[in-house]
Amino acid sequence: MKELSLYFLDIVKNSTAAGASLVKLRLTEDAEQTLTVVIGDDGRGMSPEFLARVSDPFTTTRTTRKVGMGIPFFRMAAEQTGGSVTLESTEGVGTTVTAVFHLSHLDCPPVGDLPGAVALMIQGSPQCDFLFTHTTPRGSAALDTREMRELLGGDVPLDDPSVFMWVSEYLSEQEANI
Amino acid sequence: MKSLEELKAIRERMKNQMDVRDQSGDNIRVVVGMATCGIAAGAKPVMAAILDEIERRNLHNITVAQTGCIGVCRLEPIVEVYVPGEEKVTYVKMDPDKVPTIVGEHLVNHQVVTRYTIGEALAAEQGGDSK
Repeated sequence: MKELSLYFLDIVKNSTAAGASLVKLRLTEDAEQTLTVVIGDDGRGMSPEFLARVSDPFTTTRTTRKVGMGIPFFRMAAEQTGGSVTLESTEGVGTTVTAVFHLSHLDCPPVGDLPGAVALMIQGSPQCDFLFTHTTPRGSAALDTREMRELLGGDVPLDDPSVFMWVSEYLSEQEANI
Repeated sequence: MKSLEELKAIRERMKNQMDVRDQSGDNIRVVVGMATCGIAAGAKPVMAAILDEIERRNLHNITVAQTGCIGVCRLEPIVEVYVPGEEKVTYVKMDPDKVPTIVGEHLVNHQVVTRYTIGEALAAEQGGDSK
């Protein structure tokens, strides 16, 4: 994939597919251009056996066919930059995926359209809550869908196009300053 | 500056529309394949363009949803349109430039944009030299 944001969009879908009610996406960039991405959810989690083979493309929960490329792609992208992907999971508690990318590495794709990716995460799973934080040496951006829900009330679902547009624009403004 | 407070305005605006929506009832459903294959093929900008176009034209009675792999990865990005009482239409090899046409002709005027459909793509694959 051409942008790191697309990988995040893809990996977050594992959390929502696992029935998470809250997904935390935390990006931290340090002064040495190391980006640490933590995706933590309270979904159903994985057994130690499944966890052990989840980076194998021939492991998947989908029933339509026998391959799943999400985590293998993500791991490959991180390792190509000299980084890593680690997974921790407890059945019934949730899963945390931690990835490290060296942004200055020649083989590191650009972060890309992070606001658009987060807006589509929310649009794709309107019943789930998301806490997004992005911290860089220049400042930070954040969004919590629980705060959004309070202001929107029960009338406006989070997958409405108007909400999608607002999230994209709101985060684009914040990202422009960091 | 955008602020969280703007969500209150969206809420007010939606309240007024909601009554209209409930009455007319013929809800069109647009579904975009957003599994790993769809995302890698460019489904994200396609999805963003669809939402943008619907919002810009202020269209109601249209639900836009994301789904997993539709099963024909080589034809991604794929968009399915469900109009009540009509057969499902599958648009393939989508890109953001095709979106305004499909929204205008199909979602608004109920005219299927045949040249972008899976039927045309498969006929071209069989008829022309295979890629």
